[in-house]
Amino acid sequence: MRILVVDDFSTMRRIIKNLLRDLGFTNADEADDGSTALPMLQTGKYDFLVTDWNMPGMTGIDLLRAVRADENLKSLPVLMVTAEAKRDQIVAAAQAGVNGYVVKPFTAAVLKEKIEKIFERIGT
Amino acid sequence: MTIKKIRRETSTELERQLQSEASDLKALVDAGNFGEALRVITRLNEVRDKTLYQEVGRLTRSLHEAIRNFHIDTQGPRANEEILSIDDASDRLGYVVDMTNKAANRTLDLVEEGMPIATRMREEANGIKAEWARFRRREMKPDEFRDLSNRMEVFLEQISADSNKVYGNLSDILLAQDFQDLTGQVIKKVIGLVKEVEENLVNLVVMAGKVDMVAGFVHDDIQQKDESERGEGPQIHAQQREDVVSGQDDVDDLLSSLGF
Repeated sequence: MRILVVDDFSTMRRIIKNLLRDLGFTNADEADDGSTALPMLQTGKYDFLVTDWNMPGMTGIDLLRAVRADENLKSLPVLMVTAEAKRDQIVAAAQAGVNGYVVKPFTAAVLKEKIEKIFERIGT
Repeated sequence: MTIKKIRRETSTELERQLQSEASDLKALVDAGNFGEALRVITRLNEVRDKTLYQEVGRLTRSLHEAIRNFHIDTQGPRANEEILSIDDASDRLGYVVDMTNKAANRTLDLVEEGMPIATRMREEANGIKAEWARFRRREMKPDEFRDLSNRMEVFLEQISADSNKVYGNLSDILLAQDFQDLTGQVIKKVIGLVKEVEENLVNLVVMAGKVDMVAGFVHDDIQQKDESERGEGPQIHAQQREDVVSGQDDVDDLLSSLGF
C-alpha cells in the first residue's frame, strides 16, 4: 500500500505521515500541491491519495477532478483532509467523487475511522 | 450609518439651493423668460462646481492626513528609508510563520525520536512478561532462568536510560511551546495596525463618497465572483454561520445525507 500525502504545509504532511505510520501504513510520499502531485500519481505507484483543499498552484478539488478524469486513476481512493468547512464545498467534493472528507483540526481516531471506512467499502 | 449622515450634511447646501431655484426656474420657463432661466441654471452650476471644489479640497487634505497616519513619508529626505508599517507588519507575520513552523518541526522531531523508544520498551516488556509467566508456571530450566535474569537486568538499565531520554524530549517539547507567547504579542500588534488602517480606509471611503455625490458619479456594482472553490481556510465563527459545518459530525451527517 503506497500513499501520497498532498499538503502545502510540511508540518501537516509530517503529522499525517506519522498518523498513517501508526495505522500501519509505512509507505507514504509527499507533494506540496496538486500540480506536483498529479505527475507522481500518473506513474501509477500509488494506491491511496490524501489531499488538502487550499493550496497554491493546483488546489485539492482540482486535483480530485483531474484524478477522476484520468482513465488510469479514476478509481483511486481519495481522502480530503482540509480546513475548508463550507457546506457547498463538501457537496462539491462529494460530487467530484471524493471517498472521504475530514475537517481540520482532526483527531487520530477520526482519520483512522475514515481510512478504514474507505478500504472497507472498496473491499466489498 | 456614518457615511449616510455625512453625505446628508454636505448635500444640504446644494440641495437647498436646488430646491429654492427649481420653482423659480419652472416659473421663468413657463412665463417664457428664457434669458433669466438660463442665468438661474448658470448660478446653480456655479454652486455645484463650488461644492465640488470644496469637497475635492477637503478630500485632498484628508488624503494627506490619512497618508501621514500610515506613516508614509512621500517627500522628506527619508522617503526611501522610511519603514512602512504595512511592510513591517508583513515582516512580523512572516516571523510568526517562521516561529510556528520551527516550533512544530522541533516538536515533531522530538515526538518522532520518542516514539520508537516507547515501541522498544513495550516490545521488550512484553517479551520479558511472557518469559516471566513461564517461570511462574515452573516451566523454566535453570539456565533459561539465568538468561531471563540477565535480560531483565539489561532491560532495567535500558528503561532507566530511555526514560531519561523521553523525559528530556518531553521537557524540550514543553519549551518549544514558547512560540505562543512571542507570536501572540506580534499578532496583537499587527491586529492593532489593521484596525488603524481600517479606520483610515473607512474615512477615505466616506470622503470619496461625498465627491461622488456632488459630482453625480454612479458606480456600477462590482460583481462578486463565486469564489467558494478558492478555499477560505479555517472558519473562525463556524458556530454562527449557517453555510459552514461546525465539526466532523456535521460533515458526516451532510455526507450521509448525500448517500455516503
